[in-house]
This record gives sequence, structure tokens and C-alpha cells, in this order.
Amino acid sequence: MVRQSISSNSPPKGNSSSGETQGGVPRNATVALIGNPNTGKSSLFNALCGANARVGNYAGVTVEHKTGRLQVGDRLSSPNRAQWQVEVVDLPGTYSLAARSADEAVSVEVLAGEMPGVPKPDAVIVILDSTNLERNLYLLSQVLELRIPVIAALNMWDRIDAEGVRIDPSKLSKSLGLPVICTSASNRTGIDELKIQLLEMLDRKDPSLGLPDSTSLASGCFPEAFGKSVDGLVDWFASEGIALNRFQVERLLIDDPQGHSFRVIAKDQSSTVQSKISEVRDALKSQGLAIPLFETRCRYGWIKSRISGVLERDSRPREHSTSDKIDRWLTHRWIGLLFFLVLMFLLFQSITLVADWPMKLIEEAQGFLGAWIESWVPPGPLRSLLVEGVLAGVGGVVVFLPQIAILFLFIGILEDCGYMSRAAFMMDKFMSVLGMSGKSFLPLMSSFACAIPGIMATRTIENRKDRMVTILIAPLMSCSARWPVYVLMVSAFVPPLTALNGWLSLRGAVLFGMVSLGSVVAIPVAWFLKRFLFPGEPSAFVMELSSYKWPSWRVVFARVWERVQAFVLRAGTLIFVTSVLVWAAAYFPANHAQLDAMVSQMESLSTDPQGHKAEIETLVEQINREKSRLIEQSFLGRAGNAIAPLVRPLGWDGKIGIAVLASFPAREVIVATLGTIYALGSGVDESNDGLADQLRAATWPDGTLVFSLATALSIMVFFALCAQCASTLMTIRRETNSWVWPIFSFLYMTTLAYVGAWVTYQVVSVWSL
Amino acid sequence: MPSSLDELNEGERAVISEVTGADSLSARLLEMGLLPGETIEMIGKAPMGDPIEYMVFHYRISLRKHEAKRVLVERE
Repeated sequence: MVRQSISSNSPPKGNSSSGETQGGVPRNATVALIGNPNTGKSSLFNALCGANARVGNYAGVTVEHKTGRLQVGDRLSSPNRAQWQVEVVDLPGTYSLAARSADEAVSVEVLAGEMPGVPKPDAVIVILDSTNLERNLYLLSQVLELRIPVIAALNMWDRIDAEGVRIDPSKLSKSLGLPVICTSASNRTGIDELKIQLLEMLDRKDPSLGLPDSTSLASGCFPEAFGKSVDGLVDWFASEGIALNRFQVERLLIDDPQGHSFRVIAKDQSSTVQSKISEVRDALKSQGLAIPLFETRCRYGWIKSRISGVLERDSRPREHSTSDKIDRWLTHRWIGLLFFLVLMFLLFQSITLVADWPMKLIEEAQGFLGAWIESWVPPGPLRSLLVEGVLAGVGGVVVFLPQIAILFLFIGILEDCGYMSRAAFMMDKFMSVLGMSGKSFLPLMSSFACAIPGIMATRTIENRKDRMVTILIAPLMSCSARWPVYVLMVSAFVPPLTALNGWLSLRGAVLFGMVSLGSVVAIPVAWFLKRFLFPGEPSAFVMELSSYKWPSWRVVFARVWERVQAFVLRAGTLIFVTSVLVWAAAYFPANHAQLDAMVSQMESLSTDPQGHKAEIETLVEQINREKSRLIEQSFLGRAGNAIAPLVRPLGWDGKIGIAVLASFPAREVIVATLGTIYALGSGVDESNDGLADQLRAATWPDGTLVFSLATALSIMVFFALCAQCASTLMTIRRETNSWVWPIFSFLYMTTLAYVGAWVTYQVVSVWSL
Repeated sequence: MPSSLDELNEGERAVISEVTGADSLSARLLEMGLLPGETIEMIGKAPMGDPIEYMVFHYRISLRKHEAKRVLVERE
């Protein structure tokens, strides 16, 4: 029962229909799924486990940890087979186990059984792209050295004819010494065979069944001299009191000493380790084994010997394939660029315009539900909590779903058909000037609609530093939530001047300036982040451009569903909590008795609105004044008044300070809050003339006007640069798996916003005198 | 006479003779199949002339110019 004791630290298993037939208590097993990027790994995972994966992060790193339960089904269980409950761990897509990046390091740690919370895998499924078998076998040769039973899934089997490849799977199985199953994950073929093979392998591996262990031969592709050096080094480490296995020592010996392996495996051990390793390296070099060339040479030599007589390729020139013909146009210098820009325009239009109507529906539903609650719950703290706290909080989460779904529908299609890497290819030079790679373009462009799906889309960036810089500057892009603020301020305070016969308007120019401001500021910010926080050589941009294919709807929708679910479960809860907390700060500790009484009176009058027209009007005015008084007395109001001296240099009074604080959950809230504070009641929007008039009439205690063009511009600049969006910050928290980055984003953006607003106010005040 | 990979013209083929350097970039290039002795073909350049698309080891790969400079080739 060795297996059970190993798996006993796996997470608690729920009841499942799969494993619990008359065979008694099912046994637990863990299976890892690993493969190169673009091999259809996530669709194979979905085919094995269904759509209900559990997604989290590995402790302390940004790498996604995805697990699911293997769906065995009645078809596959048989009385003479042991009952298994299999956890499938989906490892990040990687080309190598050389632990150069965090993704690769996680894969190595999971496979070696050293990842906390993940039991050592009992078997590994290595997914291979059948159309590009030679290069895919490289990773397999490394996995074999970990001495875990391996099954190879020859995925994309349905595409080998089109690519002119012929593979004999049974010969390949013999030549590799491990089971080989032909699959096509997007068409769901070969999945049952793969599951059966996996269960049989687990059965065989179970010592209680008395069957021989099927552990595959290690690749054995290295020359003897290297093996001896590794043995010697393992002993040397042991004598130094450092317990390392063969695989780890091999990696230390082969990989870049500045790289991830050295940091992680040797935990930056003393310089004696460094000098010992370079000593062994020199010895190997003198025997003709130069690092790193010899590893790849040996592995590819092994691969060539394994596939000779197993794999054949058509000798016809590749240019004839449809994919290549398409590619000739889509990566063409001008036509390709034009196509890309049109595509991005369409994408942007859909996230802003198509998402608009479901978002409006959600807002309407929210209003309807609010009215329904108000008809049942009398005025008081409970009603306020339900409508202004809970309902607004839920609405604040749900309202992002249309944009997220549309963006990931696009991304899913573009990735699955193979265009995504071409888009990165075309934009790479442009983005590398800013210190990023072509893969940052789409997330940043999506952030012009909303930073939340944009930040979530950075998952397509493999390089950690690039991804972090992209996440941190994404909130500077002018999202659609800034529009209400701009529109209100521009329509109230920017004079409607035009030039060139009405073709150029001052208001339009100011709006354009505000929309561009964030992206212009993002350039030096990106440079600074890259230079000081994420330094290092320019990252490698060695990227595979896989062949085009029709996207699989199953894959695309699974991805949309996964992202939507992840947003609701992971960021949604935090967004909700923040909204409720800000509601509480704006509600307490003021005494609402008078307001509640007035609202009750109002509601009874509303049954006959015609008869009490005059009374209702005075009452509305009283209610608004009372609301304004209450918010100024609340914690939020006190905080706003406390920061009044701080915002004075920006040309703001305490009321604007309160409105800015209250808009922390979402920027656009400032419009409604300004409405409340200037006693217009909630329910105002940016096109409300009453609010614009009220703002124009607001005065300082000495009677001078609060708002001027300078104040309005200062508020707009502040909102262009600030991080007044709890949802974005919570998404950053979830995506980076750390509180450091949302706090950092908030601080750096608020500082920029403050300085920007201050400079704007001072300059415009002087200039307009 | 060896030239570096970024000097190839569109459609030109060459045989890789060496991947220079011993850092992680060289290792990654080797892992991706840019091995000495392999034939590589230049497919085309991105709109701004960089990166460059190549065909090697039966698949397509994009390399930035400075990465391609690491790879020495013998033109056919």
C-alpha cells in the first residue's frame, strides 16, 4: 500500500461517481500532464477531466496551478481493474525542463515530488505534437530521466496527413519503450484509449498487484563520461551536506549558473559549489562535452535514432501547404499589418460596443432588483446594505463579464487557429522599443476598453518580466470607465470653441488628450520598471509559429468559460468585499433616522405622484440635502475633509476629496458621488445638466467658485492616471498572486495622478489668469 | 565563409555551423532545434524588419535579429 501512503497528503476528495463501484475504496493517484506550448494540452486536459478544473497558483509564484479529476465513467471501469481516483495536474507548457523560467521550475518540482501540496505523480502523460514530433520528443527525453512511468499522447493526429507526416505508432512505442496513444484532443478522439492505458499503467505500478513495474527506460542518451561526472558530483554534494538527486545535479551542471536552476536547486549555495561545478564543466569540456551544446546534441541524436524507420515526411516542398500560403499573406509586410490593424479595430469595437448592450442589461437588472428590494425592505441600514452595498457589489463584478467573455472569445479563436503568435511577431519590434515583446500588444490594447480583461490576457505572455511590466502599465490605458468623468468635466467646464470651420473642437481635443495621456505616460513608466524593477538582458523572443488550423469551438468556449469562472471566483469575491466596505465607510456612523423617515414619507406620497407634485419636489430636495449632510458626516466624509489640505494644491475642495475617496471601487462612481454631495440625489449621470450647473455654482467658503477650467482639467488628469479601480487592483492581486503588486500599482499611479493633477492645476491657473 | 543567420535573404537556405555563446539564450536556441548541421530557411521579416521568421526542424520559428546573430551559418 505504498501508493496510498504517498497520495495521502493529496487534497480531500469529494464523492465521485467514477471510482466507487463494488471494488471497495478507490485508490488515489496523481498524474501530471506536460507538453510543449501549442500542442493542445489544455484541450486534452479538458477532454480528460471535463470543464471543472480547479485553478489556483503555486505557492509564491505567478504560475497557474490547474488540477482536475480524471473522468473515468462506467464504460471504462471493469471488475478486474482496480478503482482509481486520479488527480490530473496540468503543468505549464514548456519546451524543456532546464528550469530557466518559473514555469519550467514548477514543472520540475512537481515531477520530482517536491512541490508542497502536490503528491509526487504516479505517472506522466507527455503530450506531443504529431506534426512536429522531432522537437517535441526533446521534452520527453528529459521527462524520462525522472524515472516516472510515461505515456506519450501523439496529439493532433488528425492533422498529420495534411502536414505530409507518416508515423507508425506501434513502432514508435517499441522504439521509445513506452505506451503511445494517438489522440486528437479537439475532436475528442483517442481519449478513452488514453484513459484505459493510464488506468492499466496505474494497476501495473501498484505493487499489491504483483505486476512488473513499467517504469520506462531512462533515455540513456548521454555518454558515459557525463554519467560518471554526475555520479561524482552527487557524492560531492552529499559530502557537503546537500541532498540532491541525479536529475537536479545534471541540471546544475548543464544550465546557466545565473539561471533559475542555480537559484532554486542550489538555493544560491556558496561559491564553492560554483567553483566545483565549473571545475567539472572544464573537465567535461576537455573530453569534448561542451556545455550547453552537448546536451542538445545528445538528445537530438537520441531522438533521431528513435524515429528512424518510424517517421517519414513527404519530400514535397512545404510551400504547397495551405497554411504556408495563408501565412505568406498574413505576415506580409503591408497586407499582414493592415489585416492585423483591422482585426484589432474589430476586437476593440466588440469589447466596447457589443459588450455595451449586455452591460446595459445588467445595469437595468440591477436597477430592477434594487427597486424590488426597496418594495420589500423598509428604509434603514438593511435596505441600504442590500441595495447600495451588496447589489452594487455584485453588479460591479457581473458588469465586467461581457467584456471578459468577448475578449477571451477573440483570444481563444486567435490562439487556437495559430494567428496569435503571428500578431506578436508583427508587433514585436514596436513593443520591444518599450522593453516588452509583441505578446504585450493585445493585452495593452484590450486595456483601452477595460484593464481587467487586459490584465487577465497577459497570461499569454510566457516571459515573467514582460508579463509583470505589462500588468503594471495596463491600468494606465484609458479604459471606458474614465469616459463618464471626462464627459462630465468637459461638458461643464471646457468652452465649446471650434476651429477650422468646426472640424476641430476644443472639447474633442481635450478628450483626445485625456485618452492619450495614460498611454504616453506608460512609456517612461515601462522603461523605468524594466530598468529598475525587472532588470536583465532583453528577454529571448524565440517563438514557435505553429501552422494555421480551424479553431475548435470546444477549445474556444472552454477557455471563455474558464476565464469567466476564474474572474468571478477569484477576483469577484475581493471586488465584492471592497464595494461593501466602501459602502459601510460612506454609511456609518451618521444617524440616518431622519433620512429614513423622509424616504418613507416620499414612498407613501409616490402612490399618487400627480396629487402631491409640490410636496414631492420639496421632499426630494430635502432628501438630497440630508444625504449630502450624512455622507459628509460618515467615515468617508471625515476622511475626505481630513485630506482637504492635501488636495487643496490640486484646486479641489473637501467635497471633491470625498467623491474621489468614494470612487475607489470604480472611477465612474465619482459622477454619482458628486451628484450626492452636491445634493442632487443619486441617479445622475454624466450628461445631467443639473449636475454640471451645480458644479459650476459650487463656491469656496469665501464665495469664490470652486470649479474652474484648471480644477476640471486637474480632476481629469488625476482620473487618467490614478488607480481608482478596486476591481483592477484585485485582478492584479489574483494574477500576480501577491499583495505587493496591487499596492505598488496603487501607490505609483496615485503618485503620478497627484503630481500630474498638481502640475496641471498650477500651469492652467497661471495660464488662464 | 560563415555568415550570421540574420544576413540570409528571403527564401534563402543555409546550414547551421555554430550557435555562439554559452548562456541560456544559446541553450534555448539549441533546444529549439537550431543544431549545427541542420538546414534553415529564411521565410520573411516582420513589418518593421525584426523579428525574422525561419523554417528549421520542420517547423517555423521567429527570432529577433540579435538572437539570429548568435547563429552562424554556411550559405548554400
